[in-house]
Amino acid sequence: MNPLDLSFRIKLPLWGAVLILLTALAVSASSMFQAYEELKEDQVIDAEMLSQSLVSIVFPLMLHDNTWRVFESIKNPLKSRPGSLTKIESILVLDTKLRVFASTHPLAAPILSELKALGPDHAWLATHLPAAIPPDTTLNLAPPGSRFTYFLSPVAQGEANLGLLVVKSNRDSFMPRFSEMAWHAGAIGGVVLAILLPFNWYWGRRMTHPLVELTNRMGQIGKILPEPLDPRLYGHRDELGRLFDAYNQMLKELREKSDLEHQIVQAERLAALGQLAAGVAHEINNPLGGMLTAIDTLKCHAQIDPRMAKTIALIERGLLHIKDTVGALLVEARLKSRKLAPEDIEDVRTLVAAPMRKKTLQLDWNNRLDKDLPLPASLIRQILINLTLNAIHAAAQNGHVSMDIGTHFERLQLVVTNDGKVLSDEQIGHLFEPFSPLSEGGHGLGLWVTYQITHQLGGTISASRKDDRMVFAVNIPLAGLT
Amino acid sequence: MFLTCLACVAWAETPPLRFGMTPAIVHDQHRLIKEWGDYLAARIGQPVEIVSRDRYSDTLEMLGQDKLDAAWLSDYPYIMVRRKVRLLAVPVHRGKPSYQGYLIVPARDKTTRSLLQLRGTVFAYADPISHTGYLIPRQELAQAGQRSNTFFRKTFFTWGHRNSVEAVAAGLADASFVDSYVWDSLQKIAPDLTAQTRIVSRSTEYAFPPIVTRGSLPSEAFRRLQAALLGMSGDPAGRQLLEKLYLDGFVQGRPELYDPVEALIHALGDK
Repeated sequence: MNPLDLSFRIKLPLWGAVLILLTALAVSASSMFQAYEELKEDQVIDAEMLSQSLVSIVFPLMLHDNTWRVFESIKNPLKSRPGSLTKIESILVLDTKLRVFASTHPLAAPILSELKALGPDHAWLATHLPAAIPPDTTLNLAPPGSRFTYFLSPVAQGEANLGLLVVKSNRDSFMPRFSEMAWHAGAIGGVVLAILLPFNWYWGRRMTHPLVELTNRMGQIGKILPEPLDPRLYGHRDELGRLFDAYNQMLKELREKSDLEHQIVQAERLAALGQLAAGVAHEINNPLGGMLTAIDTLKCHAQIDPRMAKTIALIERGLLHIKDTVGALLVEARLKSRKLAPEDIEDVRTLVAAPMRKKTLQLDWNNRLDKDLPLPASLIRQILINLTLNAIHAAAQNGHVSMDIGTHFERLQLVVTNDGKVLSDEQIGHLFEPFSPLSEGGHGLGLWVTYQITHQLGGTISASRKDDRMVFAVNIPLAGLT
Repeated sequence: MFLTCLACVAWAETPPLRFGMTPAIVHDQHRLIKEWGDYLAARIGQPVEIVSRDRYSDTLEMLGQDKLDAAWLSDYPYIMVRRKVRLLAVPVHRGKPSYQGYLIVPARDKTTRSLLQLRGTVFAYADPISHTGYLIPRQELAQAGQRSNTFFRKTFFTWGHRNSVEAVAAGLADASFVDSYVWDSLQKIAPDLTAQTRIVSRSTEYAFPPIVTRGSLPSEAFRRLQAALLGMSGDPAGRQLLEKLYLDGFVQGRPELYDPVEALIHALGDK
């Protein structure tokens, strides 16, 4: 697996850790380098200062040929000097002929021995010594291949030159100090990393967690509609926050689209059913009309004994029942009806008063119509009667039913609610189909007929739940009637 | 208690007795010398101030100017001022009021058997007015017909017998003549140091470096101090101090004991 394909959950903290480590390394490397250079420089300064102070001590002693005191003076710096960077290996005091006047290591450099006889380093020094070193200056020479640096200072005051002071110093004597500094720096770096790395890990995981959640949900789109994201998951207003908003907005629109599609499917199903039912009704209506005419003729012209008359009456009632049912199925908007008047609504109120009283229901009747409307009065009356009777039927004993009718933006709005049994989404989905199984008592064609009429008038009808109530809303345009 | 306090009051008013120390002894032991001064002070009923100087000449000068009441001198310096000072006491070392000079070389030098084998070497003298550290080697060379100026390749002064031992031990000098009392004491105090040196030969014995007073010191004070010194070996505290000083005690001594040194100085023509 390509490491670049890893989840951000791992990749982001990992990158963070790599960057932190690289930064820490770069910073410590540069500061170490600087410290190394400074220590090296300090070491030279330290040795030069020591040389100069020794010269000022040694000069009067040499002037008095005081070998012992010179020996004592140069022996002192060899003791470890606290805080000193320079590790002095040995100190030589030479006379003007470059012979040993005194040395800290008389066995290696006996008095009066020649400089060039004191080993390869010193022989190199003897040949590379400049003709004259100015007083009060210190020259440092490093023989090739030697671990040591030699600091040479003339033992001179003004014109009087008594010899040469040679301080031999270990070139790397500041290494213990340097490694101590490096160790401290490393320890501090370790502590910083110990704080930063877990923090980085935590931060990285935290940053990527919402991203991962978003990605998982996006992956589900197309198969199912995923859950919306909890806004608490990421509350900031940066790009990620906006991405969250966009996702939630997209989800909302997808849901609306899905709902719309659902409605369209339902509407098409109902339209198909309507066409089928109308076709069947026409096919039945024609022979039915013939049969009823035949029975009429029979009743008028034939000699019928009482028993036969009884049978004919039975047939006639049955045929009339069929006609009723088929008539109900065959809903047709009779366009040439008169206009709807506010009084039509009040008529309906009178009509439903009896069943209302039977269930002792409370009725809110809000008729906001104040003039005639260009809508067929009989059809609107039928819609209103159907819905109101349906509500009365559904409402609980001593329950509550309300009706509101009015116009809004050139549309008639009619809302009927009841406090009866609340229906499920599934039930609402099949509510407007003929012979609804939910119908108790009736033939289940009331809502079907209402639906058909509404659609023929170019309107919409919907059923929904609201606060434990069932709400039926009808919306019909006042113009553009088809 | 009362007496002690009386002594305190008396001390506060009495000027201290100034006691000079020279490098004849191992004067690194400042605390021991101070202890000795306190001991003497209690015995003579007068505070004692120890005055240490690096060079014999400094001590002599102070004694000559009456800046010191008493001093422990080496024998050569004593000869130089014997007419002006009074011999107070002579220390007893290893049962005798005498000492000698040791010719020492570094321990790794296994071959040297006498001073005469040291031609062309670097030689460390203790002090220009030191008997053992300067007179004896020169006298030995003179007896052998050698001139010390040319016999050695180089000579230098260390301004102290202990320094001479250190110079030889470090290899700065190839040989030196040192006071037997100093070397013997060092052998106990710093055996590591003396182990780096080897005694080649010992000189004849001479009277031990004496303790003297200035000539003008009142005889009452002289007697008190002398009694205190001579009485040390008979007193437990005194004996403890003597042990630390690696001495057996003090005797009165006679100036004539130092005549051989004077003769030596005359023979070498140093005076």
